[in-house]
Amino acid sequence: MTMTETVAAVAAPLPGHGLPQKISVRNLKFYYGDTMALKGINLPLYANNVTSFIGPSGCGKSTLLRVLNRMYDLYPKQRAEGEVLLDGQNLLDPRQDLNLLRSRVGMVFQKPTPFPMSIYDNIAFGIKLYEKVPRSELDGRVEEALKGAALWGEVKDKLTASGLSLSGGQQQRLCIARTVAVSPEVILLDEPCSALDPISTSKIEELIDELKDSYTIAIVTHNMQQAARVSQFTAFMYLGELVEFDDTSKVFTSPREKRTQDYITGRFG
Amino acid sequence: MADVTLSNAEGKSLSAQQQRISAVGIFRLTDRVFHNVTFVAALFVLILLGAIILSLIVGAWPAIAKFGVGFLYGERWSVNKEIFGALSPIYGTLMTSFIAMLIAVPIGLGIAIFLTELCPAALRRPIGIAIELLAGIPSIIYGIWGFFTLTPFFGQTLLTAALILAIMVLPFVTAISRDVFSTVPAVLKEAAYGLGCTTWEVAKNVVVPYTRVGVVGGVMLGLGRALGETMAVTFVIGNSHTIAASLLSPATTISATIANEFQESDGIYRSALLELGLLLFVITFFVLAAARIMLMRIERKAGA
Amino acid sequence: MASYASRRAANRIMMGLCWAATLFGLAWLALILITLFWNGFAGINLDVFTHDTPGPNTEGGGLRNAIVGSLIMTALGVGIGTPIGILAGTYMAEYGRYSRLTFYIRFVNDILLSAPSIIIGLFIYAALITEGIEHRIVGYSAIAGALALAVIVIPVVVRTTEDMLLLVPNPLREAASALGLPRSHVVLKIAYKAARAGLITGVLLAVARAAGETAPLLFTVQSDQFFSLDLTKQMANLPVVINNFAGKGYANWQQLAWTGALIITLAVLTLSIAARVLSAQRTQK
Repeated sequence: MTMTETVAAVAAPLPGHGLPQKISVRNLKFYYGDTMALKGINLPLYANNVTSFIGPSGCGKSTLLRVLNRMYDLYPKQRAEGEVLLDGQNLLDPRQDLNLLRSRVGMVFQKPTPFPMSIYDNIAFGIKLYEKVPRSELDGRVEEALKGAALWGEVKDKLTASGLSLSGGQQQRLCIARTVAVSPEVILLDEPCSALDPISTSKIEELIDELKDSYTIAIVTHNMQQAARVSQFTAFMYLGELVEFDDTSKVFTSPREKRTQDYITGRFG
Repeated sequence: MADVTLSNAEGKSLSAQQQRISAVGIFRLTDRVFHNVTFVAALFVLILLGAIILSLIVGAWPAIAKFGVGFLYGERWSVNKEIFGALSPIYGTLMTSFIAMLIAVPIGLGIAIFLTELCPAALRRPIGIAIELLAGIPSIIYGIWGFFTLTPFFGQTLLTAALILAIMVLPFVTAISRDVFSTVPAVLKEAAYGLGCTTWEVAKNVVVPYTRVGVVGGVMLGLGRALGETMAVTFVIGNSHTIAASLLSPATTISATIANEFQESDGIYRSALLELGLLLFVITFFVLAAARIMLMRIERKAGA
Repeated sequence: MASYASRRAANRIMMGLCWAATLFGLAWLALILITLFWNGFAGINLDVFTHDTPGPNTEGGGLRNAIVGSLIMTALGVGIGTPIGILAGTYMAEYGRYSRLTFYIRFVNDILLSAPSIIIGLFIYAALITEGIEHRIVGYSAIAGALALAVIVIPVVVRTTEDMLLLVPNPLREAASALGLPRSHVVLKIAYKAARAGLITGVLLAVARAAGETAPLLFTVQSDQFFSLDLTKQMANLPVVINNFAGKGYANWQQLAWTGALIITLAVLTLSIAARVLSAQRTQK
């Protein structure tokens, strides 16, 4: 793809035109050392919608997600250029407080990452971090979060058990509950089902569908059926460029770009 | 789900947002404090090394000024005449360590080969653990054991000291060699066995060449220990400032001289002992530094 | 190329030698432990723990003052050295993982880890005690001894802390950061918790190391015969008592030296085994 094509693709009236943009990515470039991993991305994330990112491995979709909460800041020699506006404020601004940003933009990872503490504490931990919540209210908040992640029924009798004692699918829902509990505004999901069995996967997909009523959601996935099932908008990325961004139904039925077509029909990737 | 919605973006109450912002301010402060505290602690390790060298130099200065380089090759150690030469303790230190390594290295390598290539699986862990535990036994234990059980036969001599050192260094050399040998990729050994090599040929032509740098590093780490060992040697060496042709004569080492004489010393005598300490530190520093560089190379190889 | 028969013969000889080396090495080490237990147990009785060190050639007496002194100085040394070691190891693994400075610190720390312990004793003496200088900081005292032990402890704890924190998977740190957790909390509440068994192992190994050290105490404490809890004064301690008692020709002193040696060995072995069990539990997870 040449630069002119990229610009042309973006200059066309945006799909979802008129919807409120929770996040707008503007000419985002990202570097690992000297290697350019994102080559000028322009993209909106619409409030209370699910946007999925698809593309072959190494296309930059996870990298893009890790820019949105500046997770890359944990590592040296990684840097981003351009603008990412969250409610109109550039979150790439060096003065941006990372902890505050991450409390607003939550993230769930590919492998479940329960903290080495009890199920209850896994949830309560994040809540207590930013709010002074009395003990009585805390119990309610934990329950609420676990119910929100469709996990309450399975763990309500063993809240003091270690988070590590749960199954993979339960652990992942615990991580979602943990993220939801701190009341973020945006939730980033980085291949949240790739380590899970089909039943756990469908539970999490249902959950995502419910969560979008309250949150703006971005999900990276390798599974195109999943993207089609859970998202309203889909972005196809390839070699660090955004090839196509459109309504999910359009991307999967009548993509504008040939490469999108090739990818979703399994000709490469 | 409805409950969760309430606490979301627009619904978030003003006080919750204020709590969040004040929390963020405190976090920024604790982050900075914690980062700086750990940084200072890390620098402290470097400062410690500097402080050790500096304080030894300061303490040894009167002796350095008085004896100059002659201290290094002077053989005479006369407390009454205040003439101090370090040659005999240097000789004793190098000689005991050399003999100890001469005994401990072949045996240690043999045990390491045994543990990695020959040992029945059931015995591998117990023997390995026993050797590691023995490496942790305080040196004074080796010292009094040698004093009570070896000196009746060998007397207080340089050879007795070397024997005790050999026994003490053996678990170190063994444990490190075993660790180093186990970095050899299994496929490499299997390929050699596949060619019809015997166990000995695999050890000689594959394991040892592959790990040579690491083994030398491990041996030097053991040497560093032997050079500086105090309590295992002090009891059995006889503490005599002479360089005798026979290994069965009393001798002394740098650390034994310091341990035996420091309490009674004063003035220039004490300064000379501190200079001995400085000398020992410099010698072991270079031996240990070389050992670490070699072990780092084998670690990198194993990691790649 | 040698014939197959001669190659097999060479193999048999060399492998026989490896077996022999193992038996020979283990025999010596077994011999040491057996002598130690045999002679040490002969003197174990209640008096050892309830009476103080006796004069030469007297009846009775024990090691109470030395045992208490060792416990105090070891605890103090580990208490001072551990926080510094853990914080330094934390910097290396959490903040400065990719920095040049960490590389140098690790190198220097590894050297301190194996440096002769008698040097540490001389260092504390020269830096803090030196007689004849007006403004000496502390005299021969339990404090000075504890500081020497702290210098022994620091490199051990730095090493294990760094190693153990490096084993904590990065996704766990990312997950914690993604909740808006500040870096200091990620370390204190997540990484330390995940590495807890390993950190305790490191401290146990440091205690084992400090408990048996003799040389650093020779010029810093000057063990005496009396029971004392005053940290600013001389204090008896096991390793130095063993050192002082073994070499003199008095039967009761020699017996106490053996018994003291047995007590130290048992303590050190117990700590090392506990450390090993703990770290085995961690790796099973």
